[in-house]
Amino acid sequence: MTPDNGRPLQTGASSDTRPLAIEARGLVKSFDGTKAVDGVDLSVPEGAIYGVLGPNGAGKTTTLRMLLGIIDPDEGVRMVFGHDRPHDIGRLIGYLPEERGLYPAMKSIEAIAFMGALRGLPLKEGRKRGMELLERHDLAHAANRTIRQLSKGMAQTVQLLGTLVHRPRLVVLDEPFSGLDAINQGKLEGMIRNLAEDGVTVIFSTHVIHHAERLCEGVAIIAGGKVPYAGSVETARDRIPAQVRLETRAREGGWTSALPKETRREGDFFYFPLPETGVEPLLKTLIEGEAGILSLSIERAGLHDAFVAIAGEAAARQLEADAQEHAE
Amino acid sequence: MSHDISRLSRLEAAWVIARRDFIAVLFSRAFLFFLVGPLFPVLVGGLAGSIGGQVSREAVTLEVGLAMSAQDNAAMIAASERIGPQLRGAIPVMREVTEATGDPAFDARAFMEERRGNYAAIVTGTLQSPEVVGTGPQVDRWTGPVRLMAADALAATPLVFPSSTKTTVASSAASERTNRIRTAQAAQIVMFLLTMLLAGMVLSNLAEEKGNKVIEILAAAIPMDAVFMGKLFAMLGVSFVGIAVWGTIGWGFWAIAEDAIVTVTQTNFRELPGPAVGWGMFLTLGVLYFSMAYLLLGALFLTIGAMASTVREVQTLSMPVTMMQLMVFFVAAYTITQPGSALEMAAIAFPLSSPFAMLARAALDEAVWLHVAALAWQAVWVILLVKGGSLLFRKRVMKSGGAGTNKRRWSFGRKASQA
Repeated sequence: MTPDNGRPLQTGASSDTRPLAIEARGLVKSFDGTKAVDGVDLSVPEGAIYGVLGPNGAGKTTTLRMLLGIIDPDEGVRMVFGHDRPHDIGRLIGYLPEERGLYPAMKSIEAIAFMGALRGLPLKEGRKRGMELLERHDLAHAANRTIRQLSKGMAQTVQLLGTLVHRPRLVVLDEPFSGLDAINQGKLEGMIRNLAEDGVTVIFSTHVIHHAERLCEGVAIIAGGKVPYAGSVETARDRIPAQVRLETRAREGGWTSALPKETRREGDFFYFPLPETGVEPLLKTLIEGEAGILSLSIERAGLHDAFVAIAGEAAARQLEADAQEHAE
Repeated sequence: MSHDISRLSRLEAAWVIARRDFIAVLFSRAFLFFLVGPLFPVLVGGLAGSIGGQVSREAVTLEVGLAMSAQDNAAMIAASERIGPQLRGAIPVMREVTEATGDPAFDARAFMEERRGNYAAIVTGTLQSPEVVGTGPQVDRWTGPVRLMAADALAATPLVFPSSTKTTVASSAASERTNRIRTAQAAQIVMFLLTMLLAGMVLSNLAEEKGNKVIEILAAAIPMDAVFMGKLFAMLGVSFVGIAVWGTIGWGFWAIAEDAIVTVTQTNFRELPGPAVGWGMFLTLGVLYFSMAYLLLGALFLTIGAMASTVREVQTLSMPVTMMQLMVFFVAAYTITQPGSALEMAAIAFPLSSPFAMLARAALDEAVWLHVAALAWQAVWVILLVKGGSLLFRKRVMKSGGAGTNKRRWSFGRKASQA
């Protein structure tokens, strides 16, 4: 992939032939002379679940706001379903901001219908569809309760249903898991999967790697306003060699010289990257050297390892700290 | 591009916002306060008037003491009773100073300096040569009447007042102008109070919306100027409901107790001379100028409300605007007596004072064409303010991210950098 600005772009290139729901090239946005986003490139195929992964302050929200047309980029272009002005296709988009907001005195059903009305859905139809959505999510009993009478999790679900009531083709969720307990996080993951099964493109920002790893087929890693990687999760993981874990009866011997130089020892185990030649030559040496193999496993790198390799240790530590803070 | 996938048009979006806000405000406690609100100025005005009247009466009933001989005192009192009714208030109440009775050494100056008695001034000496003792202004005020009464008391035959007949006319050029000026003043005051009340409500409404974090959902879905317009027109609709309620109550009250109202206010409102453009046109223009005044101020307040992130910031930022609006109102009120002056032209041209100045014009001047031009001018400024406010909102408020910068930002979140 060659971006318009000529800068090298690390992507998980694939043979995906689906049309793009979102395509962004070289997005730049500065606030008060500080670059919040510095040359972001994204390609999100239609029907995909796509994650924007990065620590707080990395530029995730600004990127999403530019994609939605809430703010305009200083430089670069963004196309949503082929339109460079996202507002031209406003009724195809649903957006859940990070800061959840509903009118406290409004009834749940009215809140959903109002959010639909903002996207062009008649109020009457919005109430009808809202009731169906509430029933589907076991919240029919809360239809006539005001928002202030709902629990936090229920209110967040109501807002999400309001985001979906006009049946958008693209759903943008900014930190959707933030503030939810484990049960509601599970429910939300289910909702996102269902949307994708219905052909809806879902893009969400998160600083929790597990959500991205479990849900997304594509991911953009963002740190310091830049996107060092954008592409499939699989490709990102493949960038890190698989790790070999070896357990032997003998601790020393001539066979140890056959282990790769990156090998580290932790307790009874040796860890090292899978050699390009595979493990067979190594196994032969270990057997001949009487190392006494107790166990050997090959573990594929996770998205966390990929994130560390791509964005760096510092960004990874901040990501973990953010996740910890939100979990508390 | 088919129309059904694009976002709502500005008008459609403003309607969605206006409908929600109108219903929300109409069924809120804020609307009750809005309905009851006008009672407070009336109540405070009534109380102030009552107290002022009492103070004024007490000031007027100050007496002028007499410390002359008993015979001269009696002659002066008799003269004041003869002349007083002819000059209605110009002649003071004359009262004998009891402390001076039978005291030839009575020192009126010392008596006054010791702040004894409740006399505005004391008259000593004789009828031929009265002396008025008191503070400078009081001496200046009462010397003439005292000399007049002394002259009457000295006359061999008291003054005889010829009988006269009274012929009254409904109005004159002078009285019509005076009444129209009063109409203009009253209309300006009512409009100013209503405008301030409403603008405050729209400001708190937006601040509350920011508190609810709904504003980003609105900004993502529809044009920001449509959000502003919707909010402004919702509150305008609410105000019309309020005015209709008050108008109906007032009309009903008038229908039931017209005679009592005329008696209490000493004014027959049916006989009041109308404003220059006539009552029908004046009321129509009143509604239009009120709408414009509110929309102009409301748009300004909305911009402030949109930029502020806390109630304290809203208060801090809105204070100068409120002060400016007060000054604008005073200037517009001042120009009532100076039609055609450069100051009045400036008040008409300046958007925030224009509705007030033009409403006064409607009361005083028959020309209608100027109102059409003024309304168009004010409408242009409403659009400019709404556009400018929404642009400023996008530019200054929709900030987030910042790649770890610690700079203070206007943002929605509890954190400056939230991306």
